[in-house]
Amino acid sequence: MLHAIQEEFGYIPREAEPVIAEALNLSRAEVHGVITFYHDFRREPAGRHVLKICRAEACQSMGSEANAHRLLERLGLDWGGTTADGRITIEAVYCLGLCATAPSALLDGEPVGRLDAASLESLAMEAA
Amino acid sequence: MKIFVPRDMAAVAVGADRVAAAIEAEARARNIPVSIVRNGSRGLFWLEPLVEVTTASGRIGYGPLSEADVPSLFEQRFFDGAPHPKCLGHVDKIPFLARQARFTFGRAGVIDPLSLDDYRHHGGFKGLESALSLGGVGIIAAVKESGLRGRGGAGFPTGIKWETVARTPASQKYIVCNADEGDSGTFADRLIMEADPFMLIEGMTIAGIGVGATKGYIYLRSEYPFAIRMMQQAIGIARHAGYLGASIDGSGAAFDIEVRVGAGAYVCGEETSLLDSLEGKRGQVRAKPPLPAIRGLFGRPTVINNTITLASVSFIMAEGAKAYAEIGYGRSRGTMPVQLAGNVKFGGLFECAFGVTLGELVNDIGGGTHSGRPVRAVQAGGPLGAYFPPALFDTPYDYEAFAKKDGLIGHGGLVVFDDTVDMAKMARFAMKFCAIESCGKCTPCRIGAVRGTETFDKIIAGIEPERNLALVRDLCETMKFGSLCALGGFTPYPVLSALDHFPEDFATPPLRHAAE
Repeated sequence: MLHAIQEEFGYIPREAEPVIAEALNLSRAEVHGVITFYHDFRREPAGRHVLKICRAEACQSMGSEANAHRLLERLGLDWGGTTADGRITIEAVYCLGLCATAPSALLDGEPVGRLDAASLESLAMEAA
Repeated sequence: MKIFVPRDMAAVAVGADRVAAAIEAEARARNIPVSIVRNGSRGLFWLEPLVEVTTASGRIGYGPLSEADVPSLFEQRFFDGAPHPKCLGHVDKIPFLARQARFTFGRAGVIDPLSLDDYRHHGGFKGLESALSLGGVGIIAAVKESGLRGRGGAGFPTGIKWETVARTPASQKYIVCNADEGDSGTFADRLIMEADPFMLIEGMTIAGIGVGATKGYIYLRSEYPFAIRMMQQAIGIARHAGYLGASIDGSGAAFDIEVRVGAGAYVCGEETSLLDSLEGKRGQVRAKPPLPAIRGLFGRPTVINNTITLASVSFIMAEGAKAYAEIGYGRSRGTMPVQLAGNVKFGGLFECAFGVTLGELVNDIGGGTHSGRPVRAVQAGGPLGAYFPPALFDTPYDYEAFAKKDGLIGHGGLVVFDDTVDMAKMARFAMKFCAIESCGKCTPCRIGAVRGTETFDKIIAGIEPERNLALVRDLCETMKFGSLCALGGFTPYPVLSALDHFPEDFATPPLRHAAE
């Protein structure tokens, strides 16, 4: 249900909480608790594009952290941040199961592997 | 003529879709009739995108390809298996593949994952047939005889778990497949679901018949969008063909499966937190007992097994428990799909009998590092597994042997690091990861991991390193013995192994500088 709401709106609006609680006969606190427990559910709208960069060990062994920090610096963002023009959101993800073609990322659900600093940057900058 | 281009998520990540499109366009331009089969991956990821063609003498591979290679492939008539700079010869004879014992992954990359005919043609549903004729008692006896242990990481004997569920009376029982493969460096579950989804359906159905459960759930992580689509399609096809539903294959036994998608919480790979998540709650760990086998999903007796475990059952029932138990090492019977990942030259899935040494896996099979620099550390068993130095490379791959070296096999992942790795940073990361992913139920994990991260920050900054290192060791004791589940309980493995095997990385900054 929460997945479906996020699919529709891109995030889970605060106003949805009492509606879900009512429909499922739960307290609003329970619904709020579930939404905030999971990393996937956003409380704010994301940018037009979402780039999820893997930060787990296998990608780290291939230099993912340095590449990611360079990109975040260039965009002036922290993890989870969205550019001021609403173009792109950069999120952390812990393992995409693409550990033999590391470092990897997911741009709007499409997987990309064997990234280096330059290709990660062009991936993020060219998504219009 | 048939051309195989993988649809696997890792293959697509390195351009398999573009290669498939280029082959299609080139074939059309040259007026050559081809049919492109989107198979799963063989698990030889350093060769992806790996394209295969069928010839009279077997399948010939080409890789790693990019769309730029496609015109010359057609020029050389690759579709007849002709030589080309990217030609790899017979795929079955590539040493990495030829050296494996592909029990569970025999069909991976060979078949069209959504073709029931392909599946049946390659031995599919043979296990189900034999299970239906054996019945519940016979199935459980066979699984026990095979010596199969849970492949999620805990290594608990599968047959005993099933027997407990079978013996617990209830009006409704469940089979839950744990496909929340969150460990870094692992992709075996993903490969099963993307390359051979009917095998998992078959394994879960056998489990259902074995314990008297009529409903199964696959808890699948949201980070695996390809596997989610594939499993949903495969379940629809199986249901339509009568392999799921009110009467499986006309036997009168009922079983059906539903996919439930996770939401990015690592801890939900822990079985009791997975069950809470499946029930629509926060994925918080439950205290055991009661065991899930007695009171599991919605309070009912539940078999909860890892994807590899359930998939292995298809092989065991098809080929016999003996064939499986015959190979292995000590109490670790059968095969393990070892996943070579990270900074490794030949990264991929290597299914073999237990007993091979860690060094053989990393150096002989994995070919050492991708960077060409010396191997410094290997993390075995995911983010909660120990870092092994090359000095311990003679350790045989076996649950007990790894435990003796204060490590674990876990879900079969091996992440290789070269000599540029900073082990103090990796130890800090282990604590940080635990802090991010803690479900918050027990104190040692929720608070301990946060304090552990802070203490490592002090150590890295050179603030009272000796005192703070002693503090970290003490904290690890508390987490190890005081945590409710493996997240807090096993975080000490990577931390302590980093401290014990790589002490030079934790020295104060001036010393570290001198050591370099």
